Amino acid sequence: MVKTTIPEEEFTYPGSTGCPGCGANLVMRYLLKGLGGRTVVSIPACCWAVMPGYWPSNCLKVPLLYTAFEATGAAISGLRAAFDVKGVEDVTIVGFAGDGGTVDIGLQAMSGAAERRTDAIYVMYDNEAYMNTGIQRSGSTPYGAWTTTTPVGPKHEFKKEPKKDIMAIMEAHGIPYAATVSVAHPEDFVKKAAKAKKIKGFRFIHALSPCPPGWRMNPTQTIEVARLAVETHYFPLYEIEEGKLRITRKGKGTPVSEFLKLQGRFSHLTEAEVDSIQKTIDEAWKRLLDREGPEA
Amino acid sequence: MRMVMTGNYASAYGAKLSRAEVIAAYPITPQTSIVEKLAEFVSSGELKAQYIPVESEHSAMAACIAAETAGARTYTATSSHGLTLMHEVLMWASGARLPIVMTNVSRAMAPPWSVWVDNMDSIAQRDTGWLQFFCQNNQEVLDTIIMAYKICESRRVMLPAMIIEDAFILSHTSEPVDVPDQEVVDRFLPPYAPELKIEVGKAMGFGSLVKPDQYMEFRYKDMLAMKEAAERVKAVEKEFKQVFGREYGGLLEKYMCDDAETVLITAGSVAATAKDVVDAMRARGARVGLARIRAFRPFPHEELRALASKVVGIAVLDRSYTFGAAGAMFTEVKASVYSCHKRPVMKNYIAGLGGRDITTKIISNIMDDMAVAAKRGVEDEVEWVDVAGLPRRWR
Amino acid sequence: MTKSYEDLPLTPIADTPSTMNLTGLWRVVRPLVDKSKCKKCTTCWKFCPDAAITLVDGFPVIDLNYCKGCGICAHECPSKCIIMVKEGEA
Repeated sequence: MVKTTIPEEEFTYPGSTGCPGCGANLVMRYLLKGLGGRTVVSIPACCWAVMPGYWPSNCLKVPLLYTAFEATGAAISGLRAAFDVKGVEDVTIVGFAGDGGTVDIGLQAMSGAAERRTDAIYVMYDNEAYMNTGIQRSGSTPYGAWTTTTPVGPKHEFKKEPKKDIMAIMEAHGIPYAATVSVAHPEDFVKKAAKAKKIKGFRFIHALSPCPPGWRMNPTQTIEVARLAVETHYFPLYEIEEGKLRITRKGKGTPVSEFLKLQGRFSHLTEAEVDSIQKTIDEAWKRLLDREGPEA
Repeated sequence: MRMVMTGNYASAYGAKLSRAEVIAAYPITPQTSIVEKLAEFVSSGELKAQYIPVESEHSAMAACIAAETAGARTYTATSSHGLTLMHEVLMWASGARLPIVMTNVSRAMAPPWSVWVDNMDSIAQRDTGWLQFFCQNNQEVLDTIIMAYKICESRRVMLPAMIIEDAFILSHTSEPVDVPDQEVVDRFLPPYAPELKIEVGKAMGFGSLVKPDQYMEFRYKDMLAMKEAAERVKAVEKEFKQVFGREYGGLLEKYMCDDAETVLITAGSVAATAKDVVDAMRARGARVGLARIRAFRPFPHEELRALASKVVGIAVLDRSYTFGAAGAMFTEVKASVYSCHKRPVMKNYIAGLGGRDITTKIISNIMDDMAVAAKRGVEDEVEWVDVAGLPRRWR
Repeated sequence: MTKSYEDLPLTPIADTPSTMNLTGLWRVVRPLVDKSKCKKCTTCWKFCPDAAITLVDGFPVIDLNYCKGCGICAHECPSKCIIMVKEGEA
């Protein structure tokens, strides 16, 4: 027998209708490896609402409740209440939504669920735009990115606003656990999922989920681009447990241009614009290091 | 036990006696005292339920949908803007075939802001696939909630129901209400036991994507379920009468209609006023009657057709309006009776919007106007009643 | 087409493994594994978005019924033992 670095048991079947190289497929795969089979997942409108396939196809080996776009937070509260009233305790409730369904249309319901201390894990797989509808900007689309609603035209337009800092928003709710995870680091991902499972209350996991069609890149590069996101500090890996922040992978501080240049969505950026992105990232990274403080 | 209570408390007692297991609700005037009372029941332990203090009505319904899918009996209550905010998920509840029961305290829509009664909110939800019961008094509110769970949870129905009580007229008016014993209700209404529900360890996806190959077939089944609901409303009420001694007339309550020439059709609390008017007019020898649409969904087609074939004139009093058309009850009643061999003359009266009183005088004037129209023909098919500036005086 | 509405459940409850979808048909390039170079590191298995790779004695076995040909396995393999070839060739 060969020893694998993440649990070998699968909770997803092959045959999902996600695109080749889909990061969101990996997010679900790793998440369920960390959480195990006594999990119930609720999914709103997003790529993952169609990825299980047309009825009666289902690529999850756990129960799945589809819900309306803005309703994930409410759905997980309803599920938990039903299991509580029926006396079913040994179950992990998961809300699994895209970035639009989380930081935009679903923000209110999620905030409500967090404030109510709903005992559930909310996972946002962040492909940084409305990908299922064909690459429209969301509140989680980063500065500089092309999308179909931030087209790059003669006036050199692209998304000018930075993405919402959803981790800060969720931390401000005073939740017991929040973590960022990457598909390039499944071991770290599974570990954080398993840790979140053991904590009671509202837990939040932010997963960067590369999207080859939406990011205008080759599907072979899903892992590479996710890895570079961590190495460049574009998407640092950390967790906040009871207010204590810990960076789980420092990354080399590779220039962000290495991350950007793999993706067609950033190909229009000038050197000065790339420099300004680098500056923003460096500042955010410094804030994160300061926040973590000297390592114990 | 006989108690004096508001329509809102009657709703809360109805939900409690039905042993709702998950209640998710958001405050809105004039519904709030329903969920306050339920929160009290849950907190005191009188009702073993989970109360989810959601952050919107949309979330209230979405939470009920999730809980109901996991096998819990759920209840919520709302009003006007809360109900219309739910619109999307109301369709979800019926499409997912979940027998959720909800009270809607029927209130006018803004702007202009109004917290008072009209039925625009409820009527706007008529295509959502919910059963809709318009109640006339507080006792009916309580009883209909218990009946609705039994109707909706039956295997061949599995659709949600909306119990409509008029803002303030019922919601905040105290009346004597007979509160049945819990054991009797328990015998009448067994625990919710759906054939399929979310079960830990069972890989099932609820609410899946279907192709055009199947979508219509699923909708066809929903249509059949609503047809079945019409039968269940009558059957369950029969059973209810045997146990509790009360009945409400099924889908369409008829009052003094047997030999009536002119009939007023309406819904909700105004029907009680109209019954007094009918009594008074009958005392003067007028052959008038009242038919109260108790269930707007499923719509009482057959009952209305049977009634229409016997009368000369039908006045439909709508406490709402469909802009660009007419009152919704009027257009639907008219559509139902159109293909009758013998058709009565019909007129639509729009009254009581935004809490405007519909007095006995107004109703008797409507009845007189209809009697004349039935003889001389209809000039204005749709009349707005009691509007300042219009030549006609109704009060 | 469904034979009759009567055969359908109350509401569409998805209970059939997605292995009913032969997503391998989408593939335009196909992975080829050179077992002699494989060091059984399991990297390809780990990163397959479609869970289309199983490990048999530590070696990857790619289920071509479901492999969409994304090429992540070939790209990430540290021993370079997987190559992508066009469908219909080699």
